[in-house]
Amino acid sequence: MRTGLTTLLAIASALLSGCGGGDAGKTLTVKGSDTMVALGGRWAEQFMLEHRGVVVQVMGGGSGTGINALVNGGTDICQSSRPMTDKERAQVKQRFGKEVKEIPVALDGITIYVNETNRTPSVTLAQLKAVYTGKITNWKELGGEDLTIVAYGRENNSGTYMYFKEHVLGGDDFAVSVQALQGTGGIVSAVSKDERAIGYGGVGYAVKVRELPVRKDESSDPVLPTEENVVSGKYPISRSLYFYTVGEPEGLTKEYIDWVLSPEGQKICKHEGYFPVARQ
Amino acid sequence: MKVTSPSHDSSSGPSTASPHPAAHDLLGRRSRRLEAVIEVAIRASAFGVIAALLLIFVFIGKEALPVFYSEEVRQEVDMRRLFLPLKLDGGSGFVWQPVATVPKYSLLPLFLGTLKATVVALVISVPIGIGTAVFCSEFAPQWLREIVKPVVELLAGIPSVVIGFFALMVLASWLQSAFGWGVRLNAITAGIGLSLAVIPIVFTVAEDALTAVPSSYRDGSLALGASTAQTAWRVVLPAALPGIFAACVLGFGRAFGETMIVLMASGNAATMSLDPTQSFRSFSATIAAEMAEVSRGSAHYHVLFFIGALLFVLTFLANFFGHWYVSRLRAKLQGKTR
Repeated sequence: MRTGLTTLLAIASALLSGCGGGDAGKTLTVKGSDTMVALGGRWAEQFMLEHRGVVVQVMGGGSGTGINALVNGGTDICQSSRPMTDKERAQVKQRFGKEVKEIPVALDGITIYVNETNRTPSVTLAQLKAVYTGKITNWKELGGEDLTIVAYGRENNSGTYMYFKEHVLGGDDFAVSVQALQGTGGIVSAVSKDERAIGYGGVGYAVKVRELPVRKDESSDPVLPTEENVVSGKYPISRSLYFYTVGEPEGLTKEYIDWVLSPEGQKICKHEGYFPVARQ
Repeated sequence: MKVTSPSHDSSSGPSTASPHPAAHDLLGRRSRRLEAVIEVAIRASAFGVIAALLLIFVFIGKEALPVFYSEEVRQEVDMRRLFLPLKLDGGSGFVWQPVATVPKYSLLPLFLGTLKATVVALVISVPIGIGTAVFCSEFAPQWLREIVKPVVELLAGIPSVVIGFFALMVLASWLQSAFGWGVRLNAITAGIGLSLAVIPIVFTVAEDALTAVPSSYRDGSLALGASTAQTAWRVVLPAALPGIFAACVLGFGRAFGETMIVLMASGNAATMSLDPTQSFRSFSATIAAEMAEVSRGSAHYHVLFFIGALLFVLTFLANFFGHWYVSRLRAKLQGKTR
């Protein structure tokens, strides 16, 4: 849907503007991560508004699809929510004789929400996994009150669901008792009304709920997903979102990436619920 | 469409008005031609509805069929894995977990969940719906009936997403603070939400059935010295039984297939439990939640269509069985009264 809309917008704006400046009539293809489709679409829309005549096409399909497209020369920029593997990098090198250029463009942090009355001090990643796979069922086991845990999550079509499954559960299945709600807003509202609840989702959504500090393991300090902690990498459930190009970006590709990394582009990622990347 | 058909059945019972013989002469040739055109249009629309129904079924069935024959799909899922226990790490069980390293597609938790909510909804809405109908047709004075009837029927006009929202945001909190249930969104919360949608259906159909009972029955009963309550309970209610049964069947169909209320208020956890205070995941909500992002042609996609076909067949069977039973009941009751 989103991709279609963006493409339509791209075509429409191209038709409307006709001839423009130097880059007029050029098309830039961006393909990859489904998590990043919305973010990439927003970037493209804004970029096209400011650069009349340029068309930026953003498509999803998954990080793997985007990387494949990059290897096959099917896209200018690949959006990926995971780093490329050495094997994939070697494939690009072999085919084009150029190194892959990796550009972190945004940061994504997953907040753990609990009810405001919940006094549990913090959880470790291992405990979080145990809660969501159904091994821990009482808040007492996490240092809280003697209450059963009601775990809320997203539907299985959500990128956040996949991210949580891969990075917190290590690929294991969620317990069947984990309730699936429609969207992060639904989770936050359920958690705000339920003293037994735990939920996960983006930082920007945490209203009328408590953000539960997360520890990487037993020995590390509890960390909250503040911008500072996510940007510095101290917060354990965060990831970088990347752009990949074949070789150093040039021309329109470079212009687009520079714009995405500019304060204006980075403001959009904050708006979409992600964090800006650390300035290098 | 569903709601009105049995009410016609029950109202076109013993007293059918025959057209006045003089009416024929009054119709001119032109109006007769117009009549023919209208008749064709009406006939076409009736067949159109049947064709649409068939096409829907054919389309859903076509997308569901690969579950039976496609090698690619059958590597992930087949009949045995849909209905029989799956081998899991810790023994065996029924699990709905379509997005996993090894996707698991047990339909039993979904069936159980759907049934659980439907039963709760019917337990609430059948007594209330029929009770209100009996009150309206037998006890209420005219002015009160004219208030109660439209108000209950207005309930049918509330969009189910609004009921779902109410159940999710308001009802769930009330019920949890009243009963202290561990799980906020459960089969009782969703069932009560569902019953708000089912009550008007049960009420409308049952009320039609009760008013269709000839007043000579009531007059006879009252003349023999029975009270209003005795008349309602022993005479009118049994006479209207086929229609009331039809009301329950239609209510069942509505509750079984309702999507939005369940999607919002059930918690959507595919638990394998009969406990109504536990969360559940229904057939319809599963399709609604998962269809949007599933990749076309995958095993998951075909299983979702299989669920759609299953829902279709189950509601069809319920309605079919309902109609068959109603006609049997009607024949039996009429045999008795004659």
